[in-house]
Amino acid sequence: MKTDDKIPILLIGIGNEFRKDDGVGLVVARKIAAKNIRKVAVMEYSGEGTSLMEAWRHAQTVILVDAIASGGQAGTIHHFEAHRENIPANFFNYSTHAFSVAEAVELSRALGKLPEIVHVYGIEGEDFAAGAGLSVSVENKIEKLTEQIMQEITILLIRNHLIKLSPV
Amino acid sequence: MNDTKTANSKDKIIRVDYLARVEGEGSLYVKVKGGKVKDVEFKIFEPPRFFEAFLRGRLYKEAPDITARICGICPIAYQMSSSQAMENALGVKVSPGIRNLRRLIYCGEWIESHVLHVYMLHAPDFLGYESAIHMAKDHGELVQKALRMKKLGNEIMEVVGGRAVHPINVGVGGFYRAPSKKELQALVDELKWCREAAMDTVRLVAGFNFPEFDMDYEYVALSHPSEYAITEGRLISNRGLNIDVSEYEQCFEESHEIHSHALHSAIKGRGAYFVGPLARFNLNFDQLHDEEKKLAEEVTCTPPVNNPFKGIIIRSLETLYAVNESLRLIESYEPPEPSMMAITPKASRGCGCTEAPRGICWHRYTLDDKGIIQDAKIVPPTSQNQKQIEKDLYAYVSQYMHLPKDQLTWQCEQAVRNYDPCISCATHFLKLEIDRED
Repeated sequence: MKTDDKIPILLIGIGNEFRKDDGVGLVVARKIAAKNIRKVAVMEYSGEGTSLMEAWRHAQTVILVDAIASGGQAGTIHHFEAHRENIPANFFNYSTHAFSVAEAVELSRALGKLPEIVHVYGIEGEDFAAGAGLSVSVENKIEKLTEQIMQEITILLIRNHLIKLSPV
Repeated sequence: MNDTKTANSKDKIIRVDYLARVEGEGSLYVKVKGGKVKDVEFKIFEPPRFFEAFLRGRLYKEAPDITARICGICPIAYQMSSSQAMENALGVKVSPGIRNLRRLIYCGEWIESHVLHVYMLHAPDFLGYESAIHMAKDHGELVQKALRMKKLGNEIMEVVGGRAVHPINVGVGGFYRAPSKKELQALVDELKWCREAAMDTVRLVAGFNFPEFDMDYEYVALSHPSEYAITEGRLISNRGLNIDVSEYEQCFEESHEIHSHALHSAIKGRGAYFVGPLARFNLNFDQLHDEEKKLAEEVTCTPPVNNPFKGIIIRSLETLYAVNESLRLIESYEPPEPSMMAITPKASRGCGCTEAPRGICWHRYTLDDKGIIQDAKIVPPTSQNQKQIEKDLYAYVSQYMHLPKDQLTWQCEQAVRNYDPCISCATHFLKLEIDRED
């Protein structure tokens, strides 16, 4: 696929909304999808790694949003530029999938198939039990995380000349 | 953390706190004292999921969508077993067209699940890599081939089921919409490529080195008079079991072991048994297509195969079977009309059982006169293999106690991975006991 044919920005919300805080990536993705931003495609995934790799195969820039269970304070927001750095092994491994988000990023890197730019946003969860709804600590940070991702999207759109700034 | 301690040459503790390359969260503990294995625990500690309780009070037709959520890798197994159980309860017989379409979507699941396990989770053991990521650095083409094969399995599930993970087009009585002939035909070229890739896979994995390790198993699988059983059949074993799926609870029992969140299954009066590819292959080999049988002979892997490490060859042969079966089903496909049978709820009880990639997945439901679920029981394959996994570890460590500790620990992990255990599936139920002093 030529670069011109690729999806300019693909945002993927990852998680399982029936495992409480694990659903935060999906909640954020739905908020951003509701804004209908041109040049930005939004998808939801369960976090099974090989399917993720397939999803981002046709994307120039990828933004992943997922829950984190690294033992940190609930609600803490993390941001990695995965095209520049490895994802720490203790992040994004909450998923019960044998082959999950971190493995998908690192396998894509090993195969030379990682999209040009990959931003990974994570929010520390505290309750991953079966059931719907987010914990208060996570819920309280949704707006902040959405805003932070929206700022990143704006920068990417400007940098890649996908939107024009109006003269002041 | 992995830890293998040696106090003296006859005492060892093998501990793997987080098993890698299995679905879900489990651990392994083996204690050796005085040169003898004293204790083996394959621990499942992923939080229990109580799906059987969720189902109570829900309408019969919700069961396929709810139970599909038990597993992202084998949702079809849950959808098919729950649908079959409901249909048996409500006296519904699906048309041959619907039956074939179910078999096709199940083949898609076998392909994606088997390929994931063979290449991403199990092959690194045999090739000496810590993970598929490490393997990809040296064998990039192999990994890319695996990803393409797995993608085809997902595509079959997507075309028939509406989406690859937790498909939404499967219902009690059939499908909400039957795919067109054109939609299925679009898969044929890739299936033909995958047929060759699956044959290459069989030849590749048959060349791996396998530890000498033969066990005397009781294999349990579905058996059907005219096909390699996937979506229906009677339950049989190599030790004389031959029952209708509704008689399951008369012959099998479950118990709660303190070290595991998942129930342990056993055959009443006999104990551990083995479900999954090795069981199907040994019991139903004659019903594979000629191509798989010839290839099995070529790589000298024909029944009886009692070495669980060779499960990787059987999974690869079953992948080829699923590809050939998909081609056959697509070639003769006519969209079923109607795509879903009419159903009238009534007070009833029914059982269903199908062959998930990892082995039989058994369901039982009781409904009231409005079709509301009163009671549910689900026995996934990993629960059934748990006891046998521990017996394998006991025998393996007894036989290979002399190995260097790192190698023995690795091979114990590998012995668990032989079963492709899906721990997420297994932990949907926990028996709670409250000890109260009044």
